[in-house]
Amino acid sequence: MENNNDQLPLWEVFIQKGGSPFKHEGSIHASDKNMALQNARDIYTRRGEGRLIWVVPSDSIAATTVEEEAEFFDPADDKIYRHPTFYKMPEGAKNI
Amino acid sequence: MTTKIELYNFVLRLADDNLILAQRLAEWCSCGPILEEDLAMTNISLDLLGQAEDFYEYASELNGEKSEDELAFLRSEREYYNHLLVEQPNGDFACTMLRQMLYSTYAKFLYEALLNSRDEKLVALATKGLKEVKYHFRHSSEWIIRFGKGTKESNERTKNALVELWRFTSDLFEMNETDKVLITSGISFSLRDIYPLWKAEISNVLEEAGLEIPNSENNIIGGINGIHTEYLGHLLSEMQFLQRAYPGAKW
Repeated sequence: MENNNDQLPLWEVFIQKGGSPFKHEGSIHASDKNMALQNARDIYTRRGEGRLIWVVPSDSIAATTVEEEAEFFDPADDKIYRHPTFYKMPEGAKNI
Repeated sequence: MTTKIELYNFVLRLADDNLILAQRLAEWCSCGPILEEDLAMTNISLDLLGQAEDFYEYASELNGEKSEDELAFLRSEREYYNHLLVEQPNGDFACTMLRQMLYSTYAKFLYEALLNSRDEKLVALATKGLKEVKYHFRHSSEWIIRFGKGTKESNERTKNALVELWRFTSDLFEMNETDKVLITSGISFSLRDIYPLWKAEISNVLEEAGLEIPNSENNIIGGINGIHTEYLGHLLSEMQFLQRAYPGAKW
């Protein structure tokens, strides 16, 4: 990601609450890892939301684009047999 | 209890340090160098305000007459016992962070020592405050290292701040009659004990930042006896305005 203003580099913030998986909360600016963790703590956990924090430089994240949406995701739309509800339970089976 | 008056003065000293520094940091609100740091400084300010509130509550209990709001907002300059360091103006961001680092290091060793106090309430408040001041130390000391190793300008600004603020550092370890009585009764301890710890910690941070403790004098004292620099009065006039203009005003 190009940093063409006077802001520090961008980081994505993931926070784990209780035993749940890490969840993306938003982004912050910071010049290094320690600053990124502290800024994330100050901005996203002020009301006791967090137990653990991950920060990742935004430009380290590989992401799909809106243009790629059709080829990435449309093929999944007409494959109803990929859903477990497509199958009838065989007689006598307790589960599949 | 014969030490009641001394304990009251001592608790007030702790409360005042926290309140005045909280007020100073709050001046950065909406003026921070970046949004993240704006929030970080006001977070620290709120931590300190919370600690001040707890100490004023205890002081009010010891005093038996004045409420915590009266203690916080309706005393005059000479009745405040905060240290000179915390009332110094914010200056630039380097100055604010250096002031924070010098104070948070002091508060860290002070609270650690108070964990051994014979006064249970003080032990409880020190335990609570310790977690916060450790974080404040971490945040501010990392900035000092970044400044020292950063650009020529950040290095110079930090050096200037050191010269400016170092003058008020021995004030942190001054003691008066209050301390004498509380040390004897096991409630407090000699601040001379934590001075070497404080200095060693400050030296570590400065060394990592490629900076040095200034050789200049640091013997401007008076805070704990109510003798202040010219900055406290101005700070109080802003902070106390509302309570003085609208007595008893509530949020």
